[in-house]
Amino acid sequence: MKHEETIRLSGLAIGYPGKHSVKVVAEGITQSIHSGELTCLLGENGAGKSTLLRTLSGFLPALSGEITILGRPLRDYREKELATVIGVVLTEKTNLQNMTVTELVGMGRSPYTGFWGRLSAEDRRKVDDALALVGIVPLRDRMVQTLSDGERQKVMIAKALAQETPIIFLDEPTAFLDYPSKVEILNLLHRLSCEMGKTVFLSTHDLDLALRVADRVWLMTKGGTVKTGAPDNLLVDRQTGRFHFEQ
Amino acid sequence: MKRSVAAGMIALGVSILLLFFLNLLLGSVSIPAGQVWKVIWGGEASNPIWGNIVLKSRFPQALTALVAGSGLAVAGLQMQTVFRNPLAGPSVLGVSSGASLGVAFVVLLSGRLGGVALSHLGYMGEVAMTVSAIIGALAIMLLIVWVAQKVRGNVTLLIIGVMIGYVATAIIGVLKFFSAEEDVRAYVVWGLGSFARVSGGQVMTFVIIMAILLPLSFLLVKTLNLLLLGDGYARNLGLNVRRARMWVIVCAGVLVAIVTAYCGPISFLGLAVPHLCRGIFRTSDHRVLMPASLLAGAALALLCNLIARMPGFEGALPVNSVTALIGAPVVAVVLFKRRKEDTGE
Repeated sequence: MKHEETIRLSGLAIGYPGKHSVKVVAEGITQSIHSGELTCLLGENGAGKSTLLRTLSGFLPALSGEITILGRPLRDYREKELATVIGVVLTEKTNLQNMTVTELVGMGRSPYTGFWGRLSAEDRRKVDDALALVGIVPLRDRMVQTLSDGERQKVMIAKALAQETPIIFLDEPTAFLDYPSKVEILNLLHRLSCEMGKTVFLSTHDLDLALRVADRVWLMTKGGTVKTGAPDNLLVDRQTGRFHFEQ
Repeated sequence: MKRSVAAGMIALGVSILLLFFLNLLLGSVSIPAGQVWKVIWGGEASNPIWGNIVLKSRFPQALTALVAGSGLAVAGLQMQTVFRNPLAGPSVLGVSSGASLGVAFVVLLSGRLGGVALSHLGYMGEVAMTVSAIIGALAIMLLIVWVAQKVRGNVTLLIIGVMIGYVATAIIGVLKFFSAEEDVRAYVVWGLGSFARVSGGQVMTFVIIMAILLPLSFLLVKTLNLLLLGDGYARNLGLNVRRARMWVIVCAGVLVAIVTAYCGPISFLGLAVPHLCRGIFRTSDHRVLMPASLLAGAALALLCNLIARMPGFEGALPVNSVTALIGAPVVAVVLFKRRKEDTGE
């Protein structure tokens, strides 16, 4: 699998524009993310991991700088186009009732379906593929509200796969999960990136697991800087518990 | 799965036909079923008065109930989905309060200023009430849509909508306080809600408007399905959430405005029917829920109208009391039964 640059950030500043003052969360981010790689975004609470993910997903406008996705500026994408390029798995819990796993994964096909959202035979086959890839075929007829957190997380990943986007962003996909489920989810994501050549970018607090599966690590500090490096070069300061890259 | 949906729809359709016929058949004047059947198919009843009762009184009333019920149920479903709140109903955004405010202005102020009690004006008075209700409801709806563009959160919007409703109710209270007693009475009677108020010529206008609006609301099924997932996921799947929210509110608001203008504020149906349908069909898919709510709303409204008009109750039972009295237990039973099935699995 060739590792190509799919996302490039140049001089990116992220944050929230207010009426009187602008709250800058991080600035001067110049990095790139590659296909076929699993990139983990680490950082303390409040460092701005979610803000960065939300900005990259197009939910929040960048304060300044440029985000280029597949060679094209993010802001030039229309909503419909972006839906076929970036798939997300969010932390927000959906309060869905009376929807089967298959139906929910089928929603991932929405960018491709017609006016009524009816799935074609082709769409249904892709939903089946996504269920199989994530390994949740036995859950297919279960109602979403009866699933455990781990199962639900897998369903949302299957949704992102059914969406057939080259890029998948996940905001803390391992939060609220027990240890075996965390391992399972991260291994699954790693497999998707190296076997299918997807660009997988996720934020997490599970340092040891992240270091085991990640191809690259991004470190966000509260000061608003982002450093990147190989997982092997990450060091932990035993006194403060903070991490930094080997000089 | 698909077959059970089709069976459910057919059952609803059949019950509508049955209830519609019962609405024509039953009332304070007893007319033989054979005669009613004959009149429906354009024949002459052996007693011309019977023909008149069926065609001029019961038929328009049943038609009004049918259309109003569907409209409120569809609007309720849309509101519950867009706000992801099971307690949202068609009246939650103050749209029906807006209609009440419009009517209050015309009924209460005209007596005060013009010295003519509108309630005495007959047909023109009715038209004026309908028009003022529509204007009031749409004015509030535009205000809400404007607010919806400004605020991001659904809950904020919901609270603002409820507040606007309270303000409208308060203004009505002030107007009532300064009005003549008989005008207040006319307003209160309007507020009780009724499927019988719509008279001959107006029924056709009402039905035609709704026949245009209801199919239009079906255009939103994919949007509503996406909104179920929450703003983030909906947006990631290519939906412009803000615009979608606005369209759903406009659609539901216009439906409620029209129904309220013609029938007065009918409570409960819009809140209850979507729950009923989710319970029966066990799905969140709006491709099923939309037609199901439309049919179930029509059926329940016909049933309520029938009960409100039972011999002995004629003219005495306001539709609003019946909708809650009949509807609440029905919904409770459906939800309760489902809970038992869920835990039994």
